[in-house]
Amino acid sequence: MKAKKIKENIYWVGAIDWSVRNFHGYLTQRGTTYNAYLIIDEKITLIDTVKPGMEDEMLARISDIIDPSKIDYVVSNHVEMDHSGGLPKIMELAKSATIITCPNGDKGLKKHYKQDWNFKIVSTGDKINLGKLSLQFVLTPMVHWPDNMFTYMPEEKLLFSNDGFGQHLATTERFDDEYSEDILMLEAKKYYANIVLPYPNSVKKALGQAGNLDIEIIAPSHGIIWRKNVAKIVGEYHKWVSNKEEKKAIIVYDTMWKSTEKIAHTIQSVFEDNGYNAPLFNLQFNHMSDIMTEVLTAEYVCVGSPTLNKNIMPSVAGFLTYFQGLSPKGKKAIAFGSYGWGDQSIPKITEFFKNSGLEIIDSYKVNYIPDNDALNEISVKLNAKLMQK
Amino acid sequence: MKKYVCTVCAYVYDPEKGDPDNEIAPGSKFEDIPDDWVCPECGVGKEEFELEG
Repeated sequence: MKAKKIKENIYWVGAIDWSVRNFHGYLTQRGTTYNAYLIIDEKITLIDTVKPGMEDEMLARISDIIDPSKIDYVVSNHVEMDHSGGLPKIMELAKSATIITCPNGDKGLKKHYKQDWNFKIVSTGDKINLGKLSLQFVLTPMVHWPDNMFTYMPEEKLLFSNDGFGQHLATTERFDDEYSEDILMLEAKKYYANIVLPYPNSVKKALGQAGNLDIEIIAPSHGIIWRKNVAKIVGEYHKWVSNKEEKKAIIVYDTMWKSTEKIAHTIQSVFEDNGYNAPLFNLQFNHMSDIMTEVLTAEYVCVGSPTLNKNIMPSVAGFLTYFQGLSPKGKKAIAFGSYGWGDQSIPKITEFFKNSGLEIIDSYKVNYIPDNDALNEISVKLNAKLMQK
Repeated sequence: MKKYVCTVCAYVYDPEKGDPDNEIAPGSKFEDIPDDWVCPECGVGKEEFELEG
């Protein structure tokens, strides 16, 4: 296992998780990496660690450069175990090392590991001299846990951004100029939509603070390092956090005997006639985390379910629960579905919409199988709603 | 009126603005917010807030 040189005396020493496909419900179809970074200076410093069980890969990469017991500082930018999970092994080897973290990091790490390690608690603006190089800290609470922070190295204009600007991508390439830009941007967007999206106010603060730094390289804790497209990914984050919408309506549904699917196709057709890009997602075949990537820049979210046993289909309930937690702001919503006798699906879906703070535009229900008249009626109503705008 | 800060995520409750998304009207003092209100950013309870200062 080799370390990968990032800059003079700075190395990537993380672990590549080729096989992970489910990250708390997020479909990581391309795997991921847990990025740790080693800085060789008068004070040997490790920035973050890896997921529990992958410590040996990190230690092998560190050992390619230096004996891990010589580490003086371990910066913990985030308590979550995919980044702090290597701390017990590192601290066992480097017995006199000090963990550098923010106040919430200190609390969280103590609750996770219950160890009497040396901690140095830092806050925004604090600096630590490593010799020739130095580190500055920027607290970024709720991007995406209370304990998140950025670590900045002014000498190399390098931002260790932890989960910010990350992507779930298992690759042997480490830099954005070595990898497909389209896949990279898509995975960065998916990561934002599934991890960062619920906390726009915190993201704005973090972007504001990062905006005061001169950055040439962004080294996140997952995926690929940005050096060619730093301005582009920061620009995309500004766009995503400001809710800039495209003329897009996403249609998400499940169906039993294709009645709800017929309504979905009718809704799609009306949106297309009105100049909207209107992708269709049957939940039997599409993963909710991929749908969220599309939701991010959509103006409308249309959700359909037939009534199943006085309720909605579990796939739709799962999607709506996930959606509500991620709480994208400023979306318009439409509920639809077929029913046989009791018509419970529309009220269930609209209740989710209300709890998610969406603007409910309309809802369409059809008894049993929608015939052409029923579908035409939906077309006329939806057209009228879109004309009103 | 006094502002309160969430000690977990640094969200600031400003009584002049309230939290209209969660049915707290502008002008509501922090002390008058119902006990089941939670931080709109991170979800912790009122007891995790302290006076801004």
